[in-house]
Amino acid sequence: MKGTYDKAFENIIRLKVMSILMVNEKYDFKSFKEILAVTDGNLASHIRYLEKQHYIDVEKSFLDRKPLTTYRATANGKKAFLSHLEFLENLIKESKN
Amino acid sequence: MKKPEHDLAEIKNIMERSSRFLSLSGLAGVLSGVYALTGAVMGYYWLYFPQSPFGKEQFQNMEGVVLDNLILTGIGVLSLSIVTAWLLSKKKSKKISNQLWTPAGKRFIQSLFIPVVAGGLFCFALIHQGFFLFIPSSMMIFYGLGLFNASHFTLNEIKYLGFGQIVLGIIAALFPAFGLILWALGFGLLHILYGSMMYYKYDQ
Repeated sequence: MKGTYDKAFENIIRLKVMSILMVNEKYDFKSFKEILAVTDGNLASHIRYLEKQHYIDVEKSFLDRKPLTTYRATANGKKAFLSHLEFLENLIKESKN
Repeated sequence: MKKPEHDLAEIKNIMERSSRFLSLSGLAGVLSGVYALTGAVMGYYWLYFPQSPFGKEQFQNMEGVVLDNLILTGIGVLSLSIVTAWLLSKKKSKKISNQLWTPAGKRFIQSLFIPVVAGGLFCFALIHQGFFLFIPSSMMIFYGLGLFNASHFTLNEIKYLGFGQIVLGIIAALFPAFGLILWALGFGLLHILYGSMMYYKYDQ
């Protein structure tokens, strides 16, 4: 079967974080928190997981003297996500046959 | 593992919500159309009444008080429309538990307003140079380009509203005698049509 199931995307928050970074060049922590409706701690731990996998890059800067943390998907991360997506799609196709 | 269909649906949903500004209200479209029609009727009285709204005499008495009145009306229609859209979007974003100022919202505003502000400044230049005939067409073309541009970051259907404005704008540039009528069609009728379609499709 084509595509590979990736355990990193087993968790729905991590799957959503990666989905957002596939269609947005970058996305910041606060906006993640708002759109996913999760707590700081919960989000931070999932983001750290993706960081350790080198699926996302972190960039810390300041906006109006407030710290701003933004994230981007790495080339590796995008590849892994697409492969995971392919796996899901094939799974659906197979179950239909 | 949960159903893959469920995961794919979640992916699609979050991609849409994170990259598009979904809080635009159909009702705001209808109301801005009504403001524009009101403005166009006022413009008709100042410019033509009691003659027909198109013909050779148009824009003859385009100076002094009439010009000031028209500019003020235009600014009034624009401000009312923006305030209405902002208030109704705020209300809608609360209802669908979305923040109003998402990164997608900012991109939407930026992609809409860069062509619109450029168009506004261009129209002031036209007024300054006395090319009144091309003001309705310029307003519609620049606004249409803005909408088309912004359609990547909001409900896709706004693209058709943009197309409509551009086409009417080109017609208005070719037949400036019908400028006011076409402007009323574009900013008034098209907005009302588009707004009510969006209202029935998404807001109910």
